Amino acid sequence: MSSPPVTAGGATEHPAVVLTGITKRFPGVVANSDIALTVRRGEVHALCGENGAGKSTLMKILYGMQQPDEGTIEVDGEQVRFKSPAEAIKAGIGMVHQHFMLADNLTVLENVVLGAESLHGIGRRARARVAELAGRTGLRVDPDVLIEQLGVADRQRVEILKVLYRGAKIIILDEPTAVLVPQEVDELFDTLRGMREQGFTFLFISHKLDEVRAIADSVTVIRRGTTVGTADPKSVTSRQLAEMMVGSELPSPETRDSTVTDRAVLTVAGLRLSAEDGSGRPVLDEIDLAVHAGEVVGIAGVEGNGQTELVEAIMGMRHADSGKVLLVDRDGKINDLTGQGTLKRREAGIGYVPEDRHRHGLLLTQSLWFNRILGFQTRKPTSTGRWLDVEGARADTRRIVERFDVRTPGIEVPAAALSGGNQQKLIVGRELSGEPVLLIASHPTRGVDVGAQALIWEQIKQARAEGLAVLLVSADLDELIGLSDTIKVMLRGRLVADADPATVTPEDLGSAMTGAGVAGGESE
Amino acid sequence: MITMPETTVPTTPRGSRLPSWGRGVLWTALAVVMLTVTADLTGLPSITASSTVQAGVQLAVPILLAGLGGLWAERAGVVNIGLEGMMILGTWGAAWAGYHWGPVAAVIGGAVLGALGGLLHAVATVSFGVNHIVSGVAINLLGAGVAKYLSTLIFFPVSHNPRQSPRVEPFDTYSAQPLAGWLADLEQQQRYVLSDVAGVLRGLVSGVSPLTMLTVVLLVASYLLLWHTRFGLRLRSCGENPVAAESLGVNVYRQKYLAVIVSGALAGLGGAAMVLAPGQNGYLENQTNGRGYIGLAAMIFGNWRPGGLLGGAALFGYSDGLQTLTNGKTVLGLFYGVALFCWVIMLVQLFRKRWIMAGVAGVSGLVLYGIYLAVDDLPTELTAYLPHIVTIVVLAASAQRLRMPAADGLIYRRGQGS
Amino acid sequence: MTALRGKLLPPVLAIAFSALLCTIALLISGGSPGSALAAMVTQVGKGTTAVDIVNSATIYYLIGIAVAIGFKMNLFNIGVEGQYRIGAVAGAIVGGSTNLPPVLEPLLIIVTAMVAGAAYAAIPAILKVTRGVSEVITTIMLNALSIGIIALLISQRAFGVLNGNNIGTRNVPQSGWIPGISLGEHGTIFGFVVIAILAGVGYWVMLNRTRFGFELRASGESPTAATAGGVNAKRMIVIAMLLSGAIAGLTALPELLGRDHTYTQISPQGYGFTGIAVALLGRNNPGGIAFGALLWAFLDQSAVSLDNVGVPREIVTIMQGAIVLSVVVSYEVIRRLELAAEQRRVGRQLAAAAGGAA
Repeated sequence: MSSPPVTAGGATEHPAVVLTGITKRFPGVVANSDIALTVRRGEVHALCGENGAGKSTLMKILYGMQQPDEGTIEVDGEQVRFKSPAEAIKAGIGMVHQHFMLADNLTVLENVVLGAESLHGIGRRARARVAELAGRTGLRVDPDVLIEQLGVADRQRVEILKVLYRGAKIIILDEPTAVLVPQEVDELFDTLRGMREQGFTFLFISHKLDEVRAIADSVTVIRRGTTVGTADPKSVTSRQLAEMMVGSELPSPETRDSTVTDRAVLTVAGLRLSAEDGSGRPVLDEIDLAVHAGEVVGIAGVEGNGQTELVEAIMGMRHADSGKVLLVDRDGKINDLTGQGTLKRREAGIGYVPEDRHRHGLLLTQSLWFNRILGFQTRKPTSTGRWLDVEGARADTRRIVERFDVRTPGIEVPAAALSGGNQQKLIVGRELSGEPVLLIASHPTRGVDVGAQALIWEQIKQARAEGLAVLLVSADLDELIGLSDTIKVMLRGRLVADADPATVTPEDLGSAMTGAGVAGGESE
Repeated sequence: MITMPETTVPTTPRGSRLPSWGRGVLWTALAVVMLTVTADLTGLPSITASSTVQAGVQLAVPILLAGLGGLWAERAGVVNIGLEGMMILGTWGAAWAGYHWGPVAAVIGGAVLGALGGLLHAVATVSFGVNHIVSGVAINLLGAGVAKYLSTLIFFPVSHNPRQSPRVEPFDTYSAQPLAGWLADLEQQQRYVLSDVAGVLRGLVSGVSPLTMLTVVLLVASYLLLWHTRFGLRLRSCGENPVAAESLGVNVYRQKYLAVIVSGALAGLGGAAMVLAPGQNGYLENQTNGRGYIGLAAMIFGNWRPGGLLGGAALFGYSDGLQTLTNGKTVLGLFYGVALFCWVIMLVQLFRKRWIMAGVAGVSGLVLYGIYLAVDDLPTELTAYLPHIVTIVVLAASAQRLRMPAADGLIYRRGQGS
Repeated sequence: MTALRGKLLPPVLAIAFSALLCTIALLISGGSPGSALAAMVTQVGKGTTAVDIVNSATIYYLIGIAVAIGFKMNLFNIGVEGQYRIGAVAGAIVGGSTNLPPVLEPLLIIVTAMVAGAAYAAIPAILKVTRGVSEVITTIMLNALSIGIIALLISQRAFGVLNGNNIGTRNVPQSGWIPGISLGEHGTIFGFVVIAILAGVGYWVMLNRTRFGFELRASGESPTAATAGGVNAKRMIVIAMLLSGAIAGLTALPELLGRDHTYTQISPQGYGFTGIAVALLGRNNPGGIAFGALLWAFLDQSAVSLDNVGVPREIVTIMQGAIVLSVVVSYEVIRRLELAAEQRRVGRQLAAAAGGAA
């Protein structure tokens, strides 16, 4: 009823999308509150904000995956109310999700036509249409390959093809660059520019400011669920944008003084691991690696190049075909962990922050103190070997909640009730207890809020100063460069290059990660 | 112009592999040859007798239908261990409708009651997100209970036996004449090898019930529907990645509901097939005797594909037919055949330079051959469970090369992706 | 107490729903629900019914716990049916061919039955961990096969003897009997009830106070998180399966050692599926299983009275099936509602705390 008059930038035509007063509440949180956003036709409009600011929720509302509690949506000047993605698609809106929505065991063509079979069937006509779209936009992929055989960049092309196939004119890209290396990002941007010429409108969600400045025509910043303002990326500086996003000084992952010792805590030699599909293809190939006390070794790499497997092989969750894993404990005793199970490795002094905290880090419906026992079911203070020490577990959970600032009303609540950042703080607190000699941290600050991020970085730095060896895997190159004492680049299951975080730039790392920089050997 | 560093090239050596129908033909031929050789070398003609094969076909039909039901449900991502219960409901429904209105009604009655069981499973697993196995087990309990109650309530006054229905008129059976007659002549001539092959073929083409034909039609139709239509694509996408499917506007709940209801109907048809099988004369308590589970096993053996399912059902049906019609000696003869089969596999694996597999196959063959030589007869108490033993052995041998739908058995909640 | 509500509400809802369903079924078939219920309740006071209920519940409780051990880690040991029968027949055979002094003899039988049950459970466990075969299918197949094995074992060619016109194992000597608790005309409660209670207490302690129990629960909740936490999934599968089979092996012993003293072709079957139902009803908790076992026993034992009021007693099987299905649904629904409520509560409390601090 109260649709405010919108004056589009001088033109008579309507803006592509206008969101007014969008508010969305979830149990206990307000994800969006009174959001206003205007996207002109034929522009790349960036939506910026830190993790948890409410960008994704907003886009899900626009895409009909969630319904707003208040507010209106206008598309091409007409007020709409999407009850499902199907309706949003009909209105010409498409969404490329951050986590790809593809069925691995179906072909590219099947994935593209799924849900849109009524357009061109599922046979020859559909194939021709896909080829035509690919030709026009440069998004070339073999339509008959199974998705599981594709790399990340190709999967993203399939995702974009999917929305084009449905006739989308307004395309939401949810953090499309998160999984790409810089060179792939450039290619994506080239594609986007070409498509913009053809009249497509893009809503580009990101928190990487340099990318926003590189591609966007205008940028809207969201903070704590509400719009802070719109800016022209040509005139605004990254600094200004960042301050709009955070509202204050940015946290920095940088470590100052080197605490690296010459005492190797973890030694990995000749580690090999074959793919689980039985093809015999190596996913880890002759990995040699040493992490010293007081050192953070960062592993850089495009996702799917063996980082996950490396971590899981060191943790004993996968059985390596060959190679040795040695760990030196605080007293200088060498433990040969080769062939040992995960529990033995943990008992020998490895702490493990897994990349997927819901799958590998927590028992979501169990209480916090129950989660404290996980991984420590044989050790003090949560256990006396065969018997659990429930009181000990409770007491130590209280300590972690206190020390790591886990925001919770108590230790009896289920882990699922906590926010992502607080869950992660609990995990980091748990894994740093029991005096580990080595911490393996996989994407330790992925998807957590800025406060938790700063705290986790601080705790890792502190533990490092006390002599902890840290193996850090991260897709966030700034985090890697800021925290690490040494960076190793992983490509197709091998460690292909070393980099000095003091001098290396994200672009250099990106080259090495795609293999472009391997010829140069040690970057810089 | 754009060159991707990580562009993946499909590496499957497609050219060197047979198409799936070709492999099916090859396996069938191989199976017939093995049986023929075994029958001749062991001097046990009933291994390839047309009566054995015919009984095998009749016994395979319920298993195939149940397995087809499993295929529908699991391709949509719902594990259906409740097939057994739906089959039991189907037997009651078929007997009740068949007693009143004849065999065609029996088929419909079985399918409808089975579909009701499927609906229940869909409500529990899809709408309420109950663990699929838990719900399936509960449906098996409920199905057995309902059939028992209704049988007492409705059949008892007529049949004077709470565990049995009055006689249900079965279908007439048909033989493909003059082919069947010609094959019969050939089989009786006792010619080396030729008569055996004729026996197997005659078993396949004679005494065929319309329900058997319907089953074949349903198998082919399911394949075409699931793999070559938009409906099938949507249904399979729910079993592979329901979150993606929903994001593309597929109504995942509706697809799953449909799939599980069809699954129940097919299982119910399997029940009807038991009621209408020659020599059954209607509903009998505990008639299904775990065939729903065997159907599920046949589907797993068939790698969640219709062709493989057919192979699995044929295997279980044949072994059931053999043990029903013959004695422990003949079943023992089969050990000899399987030993031969193991050695063939060994040769193939040697050729492929897979030494361990070849070794395992060779040793298994030796063990079986040893048993065949050492034992005179198998106790009848155990031969009755030949299909069950075959199920375990076959699954143990094949489980690791199988690939089930990626989201099979996972609980999906609408809006989960958000 | 929200936790208590979450535990009690689902079974109450399920029973109410199932009762409603049966009422409708009865009304349609022309019976009277009121008189049926009255007949069943008054039946408890008649003759030995009350004692029979306790005795049946003892059996159901043991097998319910056997099932629950597996279910707790999402290991679906459908095979307790076969395991308990193999255990019983092994115990009966060993008992029938030995004659040790009292205490030792029943102990020997108990241990034999547990070992045999565990051994039969070892087959699916080994196939699962080495070959990746789903335990659901293998245990179901082994259930069927157990009938054949038992028929073979108690045939006269093997260990069977003809007793009247029934073939069974040799009688267990009197030194192997476990005396019951006699209540005069009301019947005799199996002495084995003590062992069942001990099993329940042991199960509770195991779940809540031992490392093994923790690992069991963690594996059930999230196998991936358990693995990352150092739980050896394969080892857990084998141990849980063996333990489940061993407890299942106890199931038929109350009858064997307290009443029948021989295992025959016609010894009771089908406790396995009751065990699954009871475990589901009790949500794998020792207390809940006890409740489920008693409810089941009540339904089974009081059903005879239905014949007097002209209702087919098979209505009870519908009631039981409906209870199981509706209880799993309501547990799931209420679990979800409670988790959402908890999340809201935490959000509210934190918001309030933040507001207070600011």
